[in-house]
Amino acid sequence: MSDKDTLNKMLAEDSRDYISTESEWTFDLIQTYDREIGKIAEGYELDTYPNQIEIISAEQMMDAYASVGMPVGYQHWSYGKQFVSIEKNYRRGQMGLAYEIVINSDPCIAYLMEENTMTMQALVIAHACYGHNSFFKGNYLFRTWTDASSIIDYLVFAKNYVNSCEEKYGVDEVEQILDACHALMNYGVDRYKRPYPISAEEEKRRVKEREEILQAQVNELWRTIPKFEKGEANRPKTRFPSEPQENILYFLEKKAPLLEPWQRELVRIVRKIAQYFYPQRQTQVMNEGWATFWHYTLLNDLYAQGKVTDGFMFEFLQSHAGVVFQPEFDSKYYSGINPYALGFSMMQDIKRICQNPTAEDKRWFPDIAGSNWLETLKFAMQNFKDESFILQFLSPKIMREFKLFSILDDDLEKELQVAAIHDDEGYKFLRESLGAQYNLSMNEPNIQVYDVDLRGTRAMKLRHFQHNRRPLHEEGAQEVLKHLHTLWKFDVDLESVDDNKVKESWHCPPPSTDTDVN
Amino acid sequence: MSYIVDRRLNGKNKSTVNRTRFLRRYKKHIKQAVSDAVNKRSITDLEHGENVSIPNKDISEPRFSHKKGGRREMVHPGNKEFISGDRIKRPDGQGGSGSGEGEASNSGEGMDEFVFQITQDEFLEFLFEDLELPNLVKRQLAGMESFKLRRAGFVSSGSPSKINVVRSLKQATGRRVAFGAASRRRLKEVEMLLIEEQEKIEQDQAAIALLEDEIAKLKRKLAGIPFIDDIDLRYNLHVKVPQPTSKAVMFCVMDVSGSMNQSMKDIAKRFFILLYLFLQRNYQKIEVVFIRHHTSAKEVDEDEFFYSRETGGTIVSSALKLMKEVMDERYPASEWNIYGAQASDGDNWNDDSPVCKKLLIDEILPFVQYFSYIEINPRRHQALWREYETIAEEYGDIFAMQQIMDQADIYPVFRELFQKRSNA
Repeated sequence: MSDKDTLNKMLAEDSRDYISTESEWTFDLIQTYDREIGKIAEGYELDTYPNQIEIISAEQMMDAYASVGMPVGYQHWSYGKQFVSIEKNYRRGQMGLAYEIVINSDPCIAYLMEENTMTMQALVIAHACYGHNSFFKGNYLFRTWTDASSIIDYLVFAKNYVNSCEEKYGVDEVEQILDACHALMNYGVDRYKRPYPISAEEEKRRVKEREEILQAQVNELWRTIPKFEKGEANRPKTRFPSEPQENILYFLEKKAPLLEPWQRELVRIVRKIAQYFYPQRQTQVMNEGWATFWHYTLLNDLYAQGKVTDGFMFEFLQSHAGVVFQPEFDSKYYSGINPYALGFSMMQDIKRICQNPTAEDKRWFPDIAGSNWLETLKFAMQNFKDESFILQFLSPKIMREFKLFSILDDDLEKELQVAAIHDDEGYKFLRESLGAQYNLSMNEPNIQVYDVDLRGTRAMKLRHFQHNRRPLHEEGAQEVLKHLHTLWKFDVDLESVDDNKVKESWHCPPPSTDTDVN
Repeated sequence: MSYIVDRRLNGKNKSTVNRTRFLRRYKKHIKQAVSDAVNKRSITDLEHGENVSIPNKDISEPRFSHKKGGRREMVHPGNKEFISGDRIKRPDGQGGSGSGEGEASNSGEGMDEFVFQITQDEFLEFLFEDLELPNLVKRQLAGMESFKLRRAGFVSSGSPSKINVVRSLKQATGRRVAFGAASRRRLKEVEMLLIEEQEKIEQDQAAIALLEDEIAKLKRKLAGIPFIDDIDLRYNLHVKVPQPTSKAVMFCVMDVSGSMNQSMKDIAKRFFILLYLFLQRNYQKIEVVFIRHHTSAKEVDEDEFFYSRETGGTIVSSALKLMKEVMDERYPASEWNIYGAQASDGDNWNDDSPVCKKLLIDEILPFVQYFSYIEINPRRHQALWREYETIAEEYGDIFAMQQIMDQADIYPVFRELFQKRSNA
């Protein structure tokens, strides 16, 4: 290229309409970027909640981080522990802070850290305020399980309620209950029933009412006056609950015989918060993939419009590449599949399949190959969770790109076995295997309330239904049982069952080893 | 439409409560770390925070989780040479580690210890927990010499400079309303009557004149009510509240005779520093007087106190005399809380020990809050100890003595000396 050409090019660039050329951000610039990005997002018809962009300092980011991203949270030592360890790592420089935290609420709250450059702020705006935000609003799990308009209210209610309990009953009492609930947090969700929307107003009104009703329900366990019915004694023993209950916290809230009303309310609070986070745990790949896809698309469009400089793009692409980096299994940085990488690749791939399908794509995805990419992508975003999303949309091309392979680890075998790799025979198997990997109910031990001895000791029996013979972690189980015992207050048994055979069992309180001599 | 909010000015210490809760929960561990640290740290190093480590086991929040075993499929990226059906040796150690198991059971990063920092304040908090300064209360009540003015409501007399305008005007308004009420009522009536009279066709001029006369009188009367009166005035009242004396002086008395070696001095120094930090937490202002002695006593600065070498015999009473002199001269007991700490190896001229006892009982103990004596001496006690023992029996509440054998004893002895006593 001659000097003249370079000069012309430079002149042409100068005449472009950059939003900013410096890396410092200002409030005006943030507003301008948000407007411009918003305009492009509107062009793609991204349906979002209104955005509330909050600029915070690094310390505040640590605070937000420590409270698992809840903007208001009740007080608990475990958040303090989180904070302490984050603070330590951050101060030592072992850990950068997250660029962003975004909260599934209406308006959608996104935090920007003041230390970031303008480019990073724009990236976060595109990622959080338009990517995650539209995911929260569109995905069926979020629509079903969370109520964005009332979550903040509810968290405030929860915080105040916990506070008032601490005042009334003491910090230790409350802490004990919360500890116990936290241990069971993953068992506080109904997987199949749609919960009622929660709102603080409603909650307050109903707390009282609930307290009374609950106490009345519990009485079933407490009925001591015998009913004189013929054949009572001979009646076949029925289990209680009649169906095993997977929502252990719910069961405790409603049925634990000796809990005080305020303790039930605490159980409920933890349960509701667990439920609020439930969709996030099931849509990591999709959620991050979607948000990453959109920050990539939106910022590239911004560049195409000549609104940002080359320098901006270099910085952006560098952090983008960092985010979607997938270390290979033998790398020392490897810690599983990076949801950003997988999600982003899959989203890009769906777009590609729609726009430029190959013969392979037409064979694998006859219904979406050649369709409108935006509609297809939105359909995918709205109607799937990680497990089903992968089952539906993971293409052979992605499996080849990631060089996926499946390892079968069977304790009956001496060696590990490579079950499938990215080849024609392996694609289907790999896809199913990877999908299953994101199935929460497979990853978490399947433990349910199986039976309560209504007429005798009131002991509660839990069952762990083994999947693929995978055993429970003993110490963890024993500790959780202790917590369970705190709430149930009668004996708690846990049996690990495979094929209707009890493999292992735990008890709390532990059975006394010294038997009575007389 | 997006809203952009600047939250940076909001409190950044949202997690403080949670952090405190965390510290509270693991108090036992932290206390252990703190008391270990006190013994390990170099002498001048008590001004820092401390790293506390807690076994992950104690701190983890239990969850149900799977352990190794059973049949399990995992998909990994980055295949290089495997083809399906390959058999691979199980990697050593934890099979399938690093396989990205969603959320692993413990939040730790595979470390056995959860390590974090506490600040200097927190460090000292834990260090001096359950300790108290003896006789602090007594002096606070006794030390009535300094006062602080505090607001105590309003009174109806006082100096003009203390008039409370708002209160006074409120009072005046009330008075005007009350005093004028009857007249105003009558005025209204009369005005009505007047209007009635004037609307009559045949006006009774005499009656009208009478009414108008009364109206004028009432108006005059109303106008006569003073806008503000002496009785309305309210004054701010300030009362003198006795201010607990919060000045303290600490006398460090140390034997530097030939028999005290450097390590004994180090021990003494640590003890003095602990005492200093502890007093600092109880008093706003604290001064330290360093007195060292062999056969004669001298007031010195900190460096000289700890590091210069001297030899010679020992006469303890010289130091006590000097202490008394300094007290009389600069630190009257009415203004100062006086603490004495004496460290020695117990050597003294035999004839001198009874003198020390007398000095302490007559000249020093009546004026000090607390006097502690530590003997740094792995050997047998000598005359000084025995004399002091008799003092301790008699004046147990303000005089304490302990023996320190080696460095590890410092903190326990310190705790012993200042531990909370149930009898107040």
